[in-house]
Amino acid sequence: MVEVRLRVNGAEASLDLPPQVSLLDALRERLGLTGTKKGCDQGACGACTVLADGERINSCLALAVQYAGREITTIEGIAGDGPGHPLQRAFVRNDGLQCGYCTSGQICSALGMLAEHGAGMPSAVTEHLCADGLELSDEEIRERMSGNLCRCGAYNGIVDAIREFAAAEAER
Amino acid sequence: MRPFAYLSAPDVATAVRAVADDPGAKFLGGGTNLVDLMRTGIERPDTVVDITSLPLAEVEERPDGGVRIGALVRNGRLAAHPLIRARYPVLSQAVLAGASAQLRNMATVGGNLLQRTRCPYFYDRTAACNKREPGSGCDAIGGFNRSHAVLGVSGSCIAAHPSDMCVALAALDAVVEVESVRGVRRVPLASFHRPPGDTPHVETDLSPDELVTAVELPPSPIAANSRYRKVRDRASYAFALVSVAAALEVRDGAVTGVALALGGVATTPWRAREAERALLGAPATEESFRRAAEAELAPATGLPGNTFKIELARRAVTATLRRLLTEGSPA
Repeated sequence: MVEVRLRVNGAEASLDLPPQVSLLDALRERLGLTGTKKGCDQGACGACTVLADGERINSCLALAVQYAGREITTIEGIAGDGPGHPLQRAFVRNDGLQCGYCTSGQICSALGMLAEHGAGMPSAVTEHLCADGLELSDEEIRERMSGNLCRCGAYNGIVDAIREFAAAEAER
Repeated sequence: MRPFAYLSAPDVATAVRAVADDPGAKFLGGGTNLVDLMRTGIERPDTVVDITSLPLAEVEERPDGGVRIGALVRNGRLAAHPLIRARYPVLSQAVLAGASAQLRNMATVGGNLLQRTRCPYFYDRTAACNKREPGSGCDAIGGFNRSHAVLGVSGSCIAAHPSDMCVALAALDAVVEVESVRGVRRVPLASFHRPPGDTPHVETDLSPDELVTAVELPPSPIAANSRYRKVRDRASYAFALVSVAAALEVRDGAVTGVALALGGVATTPWRAREAERALLGAPATEESFRRAAEAELAPATGLPGNTFKIELARRAVTATLRRLLTEGSPA
């Protein structure tokens, strides 16, 4: 057992864990934060995506012990207590889901993606790697979100929701 | 997952000592490959030495104009780094072509170098695999081998090397810095990965107790005009069927500098020396590009499932060079 001090959604939690426990299992099984989903458990589907210090990661391939002291944000932290995060509401408005199993991961991933884009990080479809002020086209959204699979195939709605949210944020 | 002891190493000396003293110990970086392999029981370390607290996460310009990349630089940071984007665009593009953004945020440069094959028979513990279990045979050779290699193969193994990053590093003449209790040494990328031969379980030049600490990119006059092209079954988030890392310099219509490497088609990141030889001094034309690609692929040996890769690789090489010639750098 190792003592792991996790910071999740702004709260401290001290857990005694075997070192092989993933961050995903620690969140779900020890902290009861079941909003983060277990899909493939091998880093292929993105359902387990959470933010670590604002960066999106696959929590299934992360050992909890490696993330001690990092600021972990899950869908519960994003949603808050009110009517939901504006991006969640955009997903609902745009039919960005059917069964909803991938949605927590999609939303965490999209917030991480928008931060990366805002910081000027290029993607595999970026034409000019050193260009400033990169436009967030649908092609860019799709490429940057390719690590989140949706078996219902709600991709068009997901892209619409992210585009709508990003545009509203840019207005603010 | 099988239980193991965990140690977070505060410095390189502690990390390499811990693994040298314990034959069952393994270094753990971002975990994107090792944790997966531990979960499937293919990797079974008794002790995991976490190296992610080591001070090896910087990208630094060297006095000679080259760049030194710490082994713990995350793949996403590497691709976005201004020095890499401007001077080695092929490396930015190669890294961005691999995995997903989440995985790139986790995966380290050192871990990417040591990434193991994605051959489905290697992952399937009920299948015969000489890489996973030496001497057990190779179910891929007579099986579904669409994703497998056509260059550098042996009768023991046809597993393709999965990395995109390493293909760019091969073209860029990268040098890998490794450290152990015996000291520091430098291994050119060209001899870092080993072809399978009769020992496909031996994948690199490293001893088990050696830690990758950095990758050095020498200054290159031609790397600023470089591109990566990846051909795969899906538009994104899939391993390469064929990939090409290319840098090209043309003066007065003739090729005066070229670096080429192939991914997806070979058992190691494949530096295309034959194609380079054919191109240097030749007119920079579609015909020369095609002929160079043919020279490189001449020794390729396909199986029913993957013979298509040979022509696909010829076309990908030709198309990548053509685009570099007509459009130049993506930087």
